[in-house]
Amino acid sequence: MSILNLDITKDRCPMTFVKTKLKLEELEPGDTLEILLTAGEPLNNVPRTATEQGYTVLETTLVKENIYKVVIRK
Amino acid sequence: MALTDSQIERYSRHIILKEVGGKGQQKLLASRVLIIGAGGLGAPVALYLAAAGIGTIGIADADNVDLSNLQRQVIHFTPDIGKPKVDSAREKIQAINPDVQVRCYHEWINAANIMGIIGEYDFVVDATDNFAAKFLINDACILAGKPYSHGGILQFVGQTITVLPGESTCYRCIFPTPPPKDAIPTCSQAGVIGVLPGVIGSIQATEAIKFLLGKGELLAGRLLMYDALKMKFRDVAINRNPNCPLCGEHPTITEARDELDLLTVCDLEQ
Repeated sequence: MSILNLDITKDRCPMTFVKTKLKLEELEPGDTLEILLTAGEPLNNVPRTATEQGYTVLETTLVKENIYKVVIRK
Repeated sequence: MALTDSQIERYSRHIILKEVGGKGQQKLLASRVLIIGAGGLGAPVALYLAAAGIGTIGIADADNVDLSNLQRQVIHFTPDIGKPKVDSAREKIQAINPDVQVRCYHEWINAANIMGIIGEYDFVVDATDNFAAKFLINDACILAGKPYSHGGILQFVGQTITVLPGESTCYRCIFPTPPPKDAIPTCSQAGVIGVLPGVIGSIQATEAIKFLLGKGELLAGRLLMYDALKMKFRDVAINRNPNCPLCGEHPTITEARDELDLLTVCDLEQ
């Protein structure tokens, strides 16, 4: 099981999910992706869209002010 | 080959679709579609396939742009009058999307050249305006096993069907022989409301993209008819015809041939 990392804290919708999606495509089923994103729109939308597209959101944790880590499994 | 940053941005609205993604977009970029006819139907087909990032677009038409084309052939602009339609189309395609490689065939498609040309492509779009070409394209695509989209328009009505050779209904399953000459509209009857090819051509482009992605349900075995005056769509399921002279149980058509006595639509008489 491998883990990939992605920082989309500087991106805006929809590039946040575009980059997430492209990374998720690199994964094998069972692999996980750790994403750093900001609160607000990215935190609201990226995990939701990933869930809609059949991925599993494992955890969401506050890393530092306004920045969250979201872990998604393929 | 990985997508570049600018490709990721250009195709972002495709990439976020579950049915496309980066992989689907790369499939499109590696795909080759031939559009036969750079007129009313060919215009939206070419524009949308170019925007979608179809890697290679072939476009075949022997005609030059005429002032009377501009009411519906939206890929051609007023300064293009007199220019070969394939050249005018290529300029617009490349302006929309430099990722696309354009191959122009400045000639009429006929029995002698069609097999060689369609062999280079994954999918063919019939965007022609006459029965001779429609039967020829159908025959050649069936014989070559090449999936294609049929489209036709007249006045306020249009129709389209997607043909998967050997799997789904072909044009000759529905119309085994061309219509009698006196049933073909004459020039004075062949008016067309300008937006009509936009609707039918956009559907044909959609079918090409879905076929290349391998997603969704194709318009195969169903003839879709559109009436712009009544603003109604209707689709009729049509099974394969076991007596089809082309793809039936005992085919009598075994090679592409020209239907020379059908070349009666105005544009072809020029």
